[in-house]
Amino acid sequence: MKNVDWKPPLLVLAVLLGALLLIGSPSTWVTLTVAGIAMGLLIFLMASGLTLVFGLMDVMNFAHGVFIAVGAYVTVSTMKFFAAAAGADSLWANLGALVPALLAAALAGGLLGLFFERVIIRPVYGQHLKQILITTGGLIVAEQLIHVIWGPDILQLPRPAALKGSFVIGDVALEKYRLSAVVIGLAVFAAMLLVLNRSKIGLLIRAGVENKEMVEAMGYRIRRLFVAVFAAGSALAGLGGALWGLYEQSITVHIGAQMLVLIFIVIIIDGLGSVLGCFTGALLVGLVANYVGFLSPVIALGSNLLLMVFVLLWRPQGLYAVGK
Amino acid sequence: MSEPLLTLSGVHTHIGQYHILQGVDLAVPRGELTMLLGRNGAGKTTTLRTILGLWRASAGTVRFDGSDVTKLDTPAIASLGIAYVPESMGIFAGLTVRENLLLAAREGPLRDVRLDWIFKFFPPMKTFWELPAGNLSGGQKQMLAISRAIVEPRKLILIDEPTKGLAPAIIQNLIAAFAELKNSETTILMVEQNFHAAKALGDSVAVMDAGRIVHTGPMADLAADEALQTKLLGLSLEAHQ
Repeated sequence: MKNVDWKPPLLVLAVLLGALLLIGSPSTWVTLTVAGIAMGLLIFLMASGLTLVFGLMDVMNFAHGVFIAVGAYVTVSTMKFFAAAAGADSLWANLGALVPALLAAALAGGLLGLFFERVIIRPVYGQHLKQILITTGGLIVAEQLIHVIWGPDILQLPRPAALKGSFVIGDVALEKYRLSAVVIGLAVFAAMLLVLNRSKIGLLIRAGVENKEMVEAMGYRIRRLFVAVFAAGSALAGLGGALWGLYEQSITVHIGAQMLVLIFIVIIIDGLGSVLGCFTGALLVGLVANYVGFLSPVIALGSNLLLMVFVLLWRPQGLYAVGK
Repeated sequence: MSEPLLTLSGVHTHIGQYHILQGVDLAVPRGELTMLLGRNGAGKTTTLRTILGLWRASAGTVRFDGSDVTKLDTPAIASLGIAYVPESMGIFAGLTVRENLLLAAREGPLRDVRLDWIFKFFPPMKTFWELPAGNLSGGQKQMLAISRAIVEPRKLILIDEPTKGLAPAIIQNLIAAFAELKNSETTILMVEQNFHAAKALGDSVAVMDAGRIVHTGPMADLAADEALQTKLLGLSLEAHQ
């Protein structure tokens, strides 16, 4: 850890302390902070795969939102299938519904990602304009297919019984679901750090993000690695979509496309390809959205754009610039 | 006389609309250090990149160790036993020195004996073992780039201008390291602009001009013939220093 640049985490700390001063009430601050961290970690789940894909193969995938949407819709179907277990008063019965739902969402996202990589993105490697056009087209077509399968109506996605309600500690109410999202988000982040920093596959990904030509010149087939990362990133988006759907408790076909704005903000400020930057950026986005939404709802909509402008003025290459 | 390790026959390379290599014929003998010289824009770097498949030959053949590798992709060519040190060095700035070397060791974990051999040439690699490569000085980055190429035995090392922009003291270190490397019977094809280094290290030389090889022969002969240097390179090699 001695080589880690601590300034971006210190920025997160500054935002936390600054918000405490502005909000005044510690209990409100704790509630908003937990909500912000939960939101940030869910955004991290959805954005982390895309930032690696962007860094590794320079692919602008605007269809990433559809992996999120499919994850959420598959969760609706799976939770309906396990409705009795999801509604039971037992935590274990709830987990018996939730775990298969999350796994199915990740699997659906991953498989759809593989299909997109092979059929839509592979023919346009290295052609940014075509990538934007064809992946946007893919997003629109996939959204319409979701309408065909699940219908055009808003679908309800109730949380399992054990994740409803809050823990109340003094004046502070902490939603059980948000705390669960924090735990899952941190677990995924820790697993990603472990893979990236403690395995040869991780080394190859980090090196490939910096200079894929040199990795190939060393005898490694970066294309296969890219496909694996693309599928893993899509699976994480599917998982993120499932968790975001449960967070919102209702979903539309645009759930993924709506998240794309925040995801792209995170990717731009993270340094285009940095997982640590993605984690820090997602936390900043989640926290700022919640704090500003409370302090000044009028500017809440633009708060994350202002955050992006601030970060890029401070560090034009992003929080953790990836050396290319 | 044994077959050359690497042979290029009538190789043409196009980059976009530009016709860079225009029929390169080159033979790199086994166990020797061959210098590839020429004016800027002559096609030296393109030749190295074409050998490794980073740019595709549009005509002609590249044979390596008895096999035609013209149509193979870069990972397949590199896996046959070729290491590449590009002019830009190509180090991974976000990875530590250790991680850079670990990645270059395709065949397994780093071997202590080999590392000690590398540390003897380049002591800073040991000193800065856990430092991100992006924090190294220019000379140390070049040492790392070369260390990666020799972290495992390779049949052929392609090196593009290893002394470019380095201080004279560091160049001396590199020359000593390459001299030692030559003794290990590694075959090297090196693009170099520094005459002192070229003269000290080269066994044979090939000179390029306008995308073709215009001269081949022993390095010592070219180093001794100032008129030939002027004819081939535009000025004597001594003036290159």
